[in-house]
Amino acid sequence: MNENLKNVQAETVQSEESHGGEYILEVEHLKKYFPLKKSLTGKVQVYVHAVEDVSFKLKRGSVLGIVGESGCGKTTMGRTLLKLYDITDGKVYFNGEDITHYSKSQMRKLRPQLQVIFQDPYSSLSPRMTVGEIIGEAVLQHKIVPKNEIRDYVVKVMESCGLRPYYYNRYPHEFSGGQRQRICIARAVALNPQLIVCDEPVSALDVSVQAQIINLLKNLQEQHGLSYIFISHDLSVVKHISNEVGVMYLGSMVEKGPTDKIFDEPLHPYTKALLSAVPVPDPRSKMNRIILKGDIPSPANPPSGCKFHTRCDHCMEICKTVSPEFIERGEGHFVACHLYDEEQKDIEKEQG
Amino acid sequence: MKFIDKIKEKFFKKDEHSLSVRDERLIARNNRRAMKEFEKKKNRKNVPEEEYLSQMKDENNIVEFEGLKTYFFTDVGTVKAVDGVTFSIPKKSIVGVVGESGCGKSITSLSLMRLVQAPQGQIVDGSIRFAAKDGKVYDIAKMPVSEVYKIRGKEIAMIFQEPMTSLNPVFTIGQQLDEVYELHFNDKDKKKAKEHSLEMLNLVGMAMPENVYKCYPHELSGGMRQRVMIAMALACDPRLVIADEPTTALDVTIQAQILELLKNLKERIDGSIMLITHDLGVIAEMADYVVVMYAGRVIEQGTAEEIFLNPLHPYTVGLQKSKPVVNKKVDKLYNIPGNVPNPVNLPDYCYFRERCDKCVKKCAGKYPETVWVSPTHCVACYRYAERH
Repeated sequence: MNENLKNVQAETVQSEESHGGEYILEVEHLKKYFPLKKSLTGKVQVYVHAVEDVSFKLKRGSVLGIVGESGCGKTTMGRTLLKLYDITDGKVYFNGEDITHYSKSQMRKLRPQLQVIFQDPYSSLSPRMTVGEIIGEAVLQHKIVPKNEIRDYVVKVMESCGLRPYYYNRYPHEFSGGQRQRICIARAVALNPQLIVCDEPVSALDVSVQAQIINLLKNLQEQHGLSYIFISHDLSVVKHISNEVGVMYLGSMVEKGPTDKIFDEPLHPYTKALLSAVPVPDPRSKMNRIILKGDIPSPANPPSGCKFHTRCDHCMEICKTVSPEFIERGEGHFVACHLYDEEQKDIEKEQG
Repeated sequence: MKFIDKIKEKFFKKDEHSLSVRDERLIARNNRRAMKEFEKKKNRKNVPEEEYLSQMKDENNIVEFEGLKTYFFTDVGTVKAVDGVTFSIPKKSIVGVVGESGCGKSITSLSLMRLVQAPQGQIVDGSIRFAAKDGKVYDIAKMPVSEVYKIRGKEIAMIFQEPMTSLNPVFTIGQQLDEVYELHFNDKDKKKAKEHSLEMLNLVGMAMPENVYKCYPHELSGGMRQRVMIAMALACDPRLVIADEPTTALDVTIQAQILELLKNLKERIDGSIMLITHDLGVIAEMADYVVVMYAGRVIEQGTAEEIFLNPLHPYTVGLQKSKPVVNKKVDKLYNIPGNVPNPVNLPDYCYFRERCDKCVKKCAGKYPETVWVSPTHCVACYRYAERH
C-alpha cells in the first residue's frame, strides 16, 4: 500500500471522532499475520497475511455476510474481531469502545455480548457435558440469572431454539447435526448477546435441516434485535440472510455493499466470477459462466499489486504493480478494483 | 436377570430404540449366520459364467438396477440402506442421484462397484445389469469377487468425494497413475505407462503435467487433486464413471471448473456418468435424468426438466423450496418438518408420511407403489395413484 493512501485514510479516521451510535461494530484496517518461518535468532522472517487491511462498519440489528473461497481469511477475520486471536494491527470498536487493547479480564466481562457459533457442531460441543450444562455453564459464570433460576432459564432458551425441555439431561452424541447446531445457537443466545459471529453455521448440514437453522437464526435476530456477522461460502445462503455483503479474496475485502447491489450489479471481476459459478437449480437456465483459471495463490506469498490479477480476465498493466484502493463507487458500495479508476478519471476529465 | 429388567422397566422409561441384552445377543447371532452365508457365496471359485450372465431390458441402457437391496447387519438391527432401488442409466447420458445424507445414494453406487463394507454390508437381493465392452451383459450383484476385478476400475470407474483421502500420501502422483495402466492393460513397460499418465494429466487440463507427475498429493491443491482423481478414473477409457459428490469439498469457483471438465470428458470418452450429490444446483446443471432418493428408496425419477419444473413428490417439492436461490427472493424458507426416519425398523407405511403436509387418507396404508406419470417420469406417492 502506498504511503499517500495511508495518510488519506489516517485523516479520515481522525476526522470521524465519535464511534458507536448506530454502529455496533467498527473495524478499521484490521490485520492478522501468522508467523511461518523463523530465523536462527528467533526473528520471524515470513508471515502468512491471513487478514490484510479489512475495514467495515456494522449497523445495530443488521447482518453482514462475508463470502469468499476457503483460505481467503474469512474465518480468521471473524475470530480476530472477537479477539480470539491477537490483533496484529488495526482497531476494533464495539459499541463505540476501542476493544483492541483490552486485557483478558476486560474481554471476559464483554464476552456475553459477543458470541460465536462455529461451523462443526460435532467438535464444538463437549461430549462429557449434558445439554443443560453446556448451555448453563456460561450463564452461571457470567451470572446472567440467579443460581436457583438457571434451570428454568436454560429450559426457556432451549424452547426458543426449538429444543424440547426433556433434552436437558441428554448428551450431545444423542443428537443429529441439526439438533446439535441448535444447541450451539442456544448456548450463544443464552447470554443475551448483541453480536453473534456465525462461522459457517449451516455448511455441515443437509439442505432440509439448513433451512430450519437459517429460519431459526432469522427469527432470533428479529426477536432479540441481534446483529450477525454471517461467514459462509454459500452465496445463496448469504444472500437470503444478510443486509450487507462483503466479498473477501486472499485476506482483503475486495467488494462490500448492500446485498441487492452486490448480487444485481457486482463490480469486482472476482465477485462476478463467484456469482456466475453458483449452480442454479433450474435446468433451463444456461448461464454464461466466467470460469476462473487456476487456484487461489498462497497467502504467504501474495501476488504484487492487485492480488486478483493472476486470475483476472480484465487484468491491466497497472494491476500488476499498484494495489487498488477500497473506494466507494455507489451508495455504500465499496470496491477495490482499477477497472473503475479509469472510468472515474474519464468522468473527471470530462468534467474538468 | 428378570429382576433387573423389572427394576429397569419401573425406573427408567424405556426408549423406543433401546434393546435388552437378550435381544442384542439374538440379533448378533442371526447377523453372524447371515453374513457367513453371503460371504461364502461371494468367495466361491470357478463359478460358471451362465450364473451371472443376463440380458438387458432396454438395449440403450448401460446399467439397470432392479430391486436392489443392500442391507447392513449391525448390532442394533438390520439397516436397510438400499431397499428395492430400480432405475437405469442410459448410454451417453448423465444421471444425477440426489438425496440427503443417509438416503442410500452412496451405497447404491458402492453396490454397483461391489465395494460395500463387508461382511456387515451385503447385497441381499436384486440385480445390477451392466453391458460390458465385450458385448456381454453381466449381473454384477451375482458375480463372484474374482470376476468383479475385470470390470471394476476398467469399465466402471469412480471419483470420490475427498480427493485427499483417496490418494495415497506416500506415493507420487506419477506412481499412482502408472499403476492403473500397468494393472489394467497388463503392460509392464514403464515408458509407455508414463506416456499414458502424462497424456491423462494433459487431458484433465493440468498445467505442467511433467511437474505434477513428480508431486506428492499433499503438494497439490484441492482442485488439482480432484483433477488427478478424474485422470485416474479415465485412464482405462471406462464406459461409466461414478462421481460420488465430486465437488462437495471444493469451492464454488473450483467446482465450476471441475463440472465443466466432467461435461467435456463425457463427450470424449463417449460414456455415461452417474453423478451423486446433494446439491440440486449441480444436478440441474449437469444431469439429463434425475433420481431422487429418500430413506433407501427411489421416490421420484424423471428427466431434469420434469423433476425441476414439475416435481410431484412432496419431498422433492420441499427439497427445492428449502434451498435459497441466488436470483430469487423469499422472506422465509420452507422447511420440511421433522427428521429422516431411523433406518433401523423402518415403518411399513410411506416413510415420508410423518413429515408430509399433503397427506391423504390413503397414506395410512402400505408403502405406495411407483406410479408412471409419463414414459420417463415416475413417483412413489398415493396422491398420483388414482389419476393414472
